[in-house]
Amino acid sequence: MLSVTHLQKTYGSGEKAVEAIRDLTLTVAGGEFVCIVGPSGAGKTTLLKCLCGLLAPSAGSVVLDGEPVTGPPRAMAAVFQDYSRSLMPWFSVARNVGLPLRNKHRSAAERDARVARALDAVGLGGFGSRYPWELSGGMQQRVAIARGLAYEPEILLLDEPFASVDAQTRADLEDLILRVRDDTGVTMLLVTHDIDEAVYLADRVVVMSARPSVVVETVEVDLPRSRDQVTTKSLPRFAELRAHVLTRIRRTDAEPASAGGPTVGAMR
Amino acid sequence: MLRTCLRLIVPVLLVVLWWSTSTASSSPFYPPLSVVLQTFRETWLFAQLGSDVVPSLARLLAGLVIATLAGVAAGAAIGRSRLLAAAVNPAVQFGRSVPGTALVPVSVVLMGIGDAAKIAVIAFVCLFPVLLNTIDAVRGIDPQLEDVARSYRLTRTQRLVFVLLPAAAPQIFAGIRTALGIAFIMMVVTELYAATNGIGFVTVTARSSFDVPLMWAGTVLLGLLGVAVSVAFLALQRRVLRWHTGMTGRN
Repeated sequence: MLSVTHLQKTYGSGEKAVEAIRDLTLTVAGGEFVCIVGPSGAGKTTLLKCLCGLLAPSAGSVVLDGEPVTGPPRAMAAVFQDYSRSLMPWFSVARNVGLPLRNKHRSAAERDARVARALDAVGLGGFGSRYPWELSGGMQQRVAIARGLAYEPEILLLDEPFASVDAQTRADLEDLILRVRDDTGVTMLLVTHDIDEAVYLADRVVVMSARPSVVVETVEVDLPRSRDQVTTKSLPRFAELRAHVLTRIRRTDAEPASAGGPTVGAMR
Repeated sequence: MLRTCLRLIVPVLLVVLWWSTSTASSSPFYPPLSVVLQTFRETWLFAQLGSDVVPSLARLLAGLVIATLAGVAAGAAIGRSRLLAAAVNPAVQFGRSVPGTALVPVSVVLMGIGDAAKIAVIAFVCLFPVLLNTIDAVRGIDPQLEDVARSYRLTRTQRLVFVLLPAAAPQIFAGIRTALGIAFIMMVVTELYAATNGIGFVTVTARSSFDVPLMWAGTVLLGLLGVAVSVAFLALQRRVLRWHTGMTGRN
């Protein structure tokens, strides 16, 4: 279980201080699929970096399975937004996926087996010897997902993972990630600005305000567990949830949560 | 096939020109090309290959390897640390501004006329292109790649070997290529002054003993070796940076 308590993050200090996140509290239970949705510039990437231990919060805490997160935890893997900048172009697909396994599995044979399984799971069996730049954008992002899976995390963090691919590929990748969750039971925490995507994927949607971010509302997604691009998205309940989340995000845009915050005053 | 022919036309024309203008030459300083080639064969194929060509190339290689190792190691450290960069920048700017040729007398006084002095000069002069390119490359590494490496808990050594150095490799190679050209010049220069063997030594000795064909033959050999060394380096670069050529070829 991942719990975030009163997380706050300010960049810089004094006159130039920028408060990205004011107060975020949320929990993600084991096996859950949580989407964090917020408007552009809502400090989503900052939040993700704090969660995976790449950035130290200014205040508050991130705790994973009872252990405070102070650096990247072993039980967590991250998939970043820009696949072209997250894969190593000098390594083949298989070496990219296998790179993080070096410290865990000493035997090359075992590493190879895990890499092959992860590539199969994302439908890229047989592409191991290719280079990332020989593949399409969607395939590259699947390599990044395979790398996360091969690492065998308890929780997979995804930072707008489908923002840079076309609509059709995006739908395919959404279904892929749902299937992976069903097959492996890994906990998913996905950050996005796309409301449809959040409602379609999640068991729970956490709505974030614009900067400085707070949690506006947590919405339980009571759609049937087995999702489908056509039938799920044509359910009346889907439309209701989608409209509800949209309204909440719009409202945070209209009345910035900032009103009178000292650091924001300094920014102006 | 057509391209090969095209590439050969100008060199062949130049050789023909040289041959035709020199064949009836009566000037002792411009001997017929046939005589130069004859001397070339007698001297370099292969009578003095071991005694002079091999020592020259060995010093070139030693200097270049030392410069590359030192330049990449120091460059990676300086590129990572703003503090270190600020501290060493004046010294680096001074060092790169010193003309390499001016170091030859100093090296002889300090280290004598043996291999060590010559290798030291070559290494010193070659250090800067490698160093500066490495610093620049390491600074330019995509922060997201480093986030990936850190989030997957790669150790410092793994980050250096699997992320930092490969990412910097294309620029490091460009630096070594520049260094190679300078190394070749410095190889000859160090042999013109206080030496006991080497291609440059043979060539300059030939001039002072009025063996003009040998002087020409030495110069021809240097030109040919320069081309050969450059071609060999490019072949190595193509192998090591295959991913980079493939990737950039696509965009």
